[in-house]
Amino acid sequence: MKRYNAWNLLWQGLTGHRGWEPAWRSPAPKPRYDVIIIGGGGHGLACAYYLAKVHGITNVAVLERGWLGGGNTGRNTTIVRSNYYYPQSAALYDFSLRLFEGLSKELNYNVMFSQRGVMNVLHTRHDMEAGQRWVGAMNLNGIDAFMLTTEQVKQRIPLLNTAKDARYPVLGGFVQPRGGTARHDAVAWGYARAASALGVDVLQNCEVTGFKRSTEGRVIGVETNLGTIGADKVGMAVAGHSTVIAKLAGFRLPVSSYALQAFVSEPLKPVMDTVMTSFATGMYFSQSDKGGLVIGGGLDHYLSYAQRGNTPLLRHVIGAVADQLPSLGRVHLLRHWAGIVDVVHDSSPILGETPMPGLYINCGWGTGGFKGIPVGGWMLAHHIATGRAHDIAAPFALSRFSSGALIDEAAASGIAH
Amino acid sequence: MLLLHCPWCGPRDEPEFVCGGQSHMVRPEPWHAVDEATWGHYLFTRDNPKGVHLERWHHAHGCRQWFNVARHTVTHEILAIYRMDEPVPNAVAGARA
Ligand SMILES: Cc1cc2nc3c(=O)[nH]c(=O)nc-3n(C[C@H](O)[C@H](O)[C@H](O)COP(=O)(O)OP(=O)(O)OC[C@H]3O[C@@H](n4cnc5c(N)ncnc54)[C@H](O)[C@@H]3O)c2cc1C
Ligand SMILES: [Zn+2]
Repeated sequence: MKRYNAWNLLWQGLTGHRGWEPAWRSPAPKPRYDVIIIGGGGHGLACAYYLAKVHGITNVAVLERGWLGGGNTGRNTTIVRSNYYYPQSAALYDFSLRLFEGLSKELNYNVMFSQRGVMNVLHTRHDMEAGQRWVGAMNLNGIDAFMLTTEQVKQRIPLLNTAKDARYPVLGGFVQPRGGTARHDAVAWGYARAASALGVDVLQNCEVTGFKRSTEGRVIGVETNLGTIGADKVGMAVAGHSTVIAKLAGFRLPVSSYALQAFVSEPLKPVMDTVMTSFATGMYFSQSDKGGLVIGGGLDHYLSYAQRGNTPLLRHVIGAVADQLPSLGRVHLLRHWAGIVDVVHDSSPILGETPMPGLYINCGWGTGGFKGIPVGGWMLAHHIATGRAHDIAAPFALSRFSSGALIDEAAASGIAH
Repeated sequence: MLLLHCPWCGPRDEPEFVCGGQSHMVRPEPWHAVDEATWGHYLFTRDNPKGVHLERWHHAHGCRQWFNVARHTVTHEILAIYRMDEPVPNAVAGARA
């Protein structure tokens, strides 16, 4: 792997940029691997990287049906934070945030992690009470978060209408200063490049269509459009397609697939240097380094595998922008799209074993698993390599849906993504 | 935007409705013989097909009646709309098999 650094950039600049090599190898599949990972999104690629880097398991393939990061990893609004309510979640997401803090160096790939703070804006007395309760829980979990006055919110988001007679008056807010944004494609590409350099085969346009199993029912390989590929162990990280893959393996999952939309405006001069989420409207936005406003909102609330959103939600989200940030009312949208997110009842991921021996799962991140890519990959790799759940991952096992030990962030944290 | 034909009000826009999730669910009985896995599935596991899904919709901002919809989850095409007390239409049952 040719390292990216200032010297190489200068040299390539002087020699017409003809010396760069592809970021990852694209070999033909081998007949057999120690580990196969299904899904070339962030979680699958991170898992392959940590298998090789942390556990020394390099005879690994990542099978991606389309192109790397073409699922939710390349479609999300890139917010990274760890301000969750329950201790189990805080431990999980803060592990991830700390990996994000060192990720560009670790991967020798600039993931543009920008800790610009994530702000939640509160509009009613009840929001304020809930906000205080959440901040208290976060502080008990050791997470940096504190309350803000209306003036402090206004100072960081001058565009926000904080007038007393606004439709959504701003009574205050809270912030996690270590939260922020990162470049989504770079996270996928950075892990792919670093994994490939350690010997992992990254195979695109390779769709898993079935499983091979031993007479005892253990997984021994997968069927794909490129033929049958053997494996000792298989990990799946396919987000919105988790129940489709589970069906091939013969079990059901408590996962529902919904479309989640995102919107990007024309590029503007810098107007926003933090991330804002509104409790009243569910709208949230930040500004990318290219200048576009990156805007998100809630789910389209019916099952969907169509990677496009519907207009009622678009109208709701854009209406919220125009109402709460009146000076943006005439900004044009350039693009909008949707990703298919894997929603589970308690809005916490599912990590660990599946009913099929040898098949391990990472899914259920729903609307908020970009921030979880480093930890999701780490935990799946740990379980596959050692045969045991990491302490941080153990509470997130699939078995919680029959034991009843849910980690109900859906009800507890109430924050988008 | 979906155009849904409410069995009582006729064609109306999507924002008038709320989707209530999977239809035709049956609670496992008798309660004292239901094991935890079965009960967990009843509470949390829903059909999630990449294909035709049978679901309930509520005309929340209209007549406030519930009804069933057979809808394709990739194309969003609506294949059938039938009342709560009606069985799954034969044509739809065929398309799901
Ligand atoms: C609009 C939107 C905004 C979001 N905003 C945020 C945010 O701000 N912050 C945050 O933390 N999270 C956010 N998320 C959630 C986040 O994007 C996801 O949780 C995360 O990217 C999931 O990563 P993944 O690797 O599990 O899945 P994906 O990136 O979806 O990767 C799964 C891959 O599996 C492949 N696959 C599927 N079936 C097969 C098969 N049979 N064979 C081979 N490959 C297959 C798919 O092609 C896909 O590339 C957002 C999501 C969306 C859609
Ligand atoms: Zn009606």
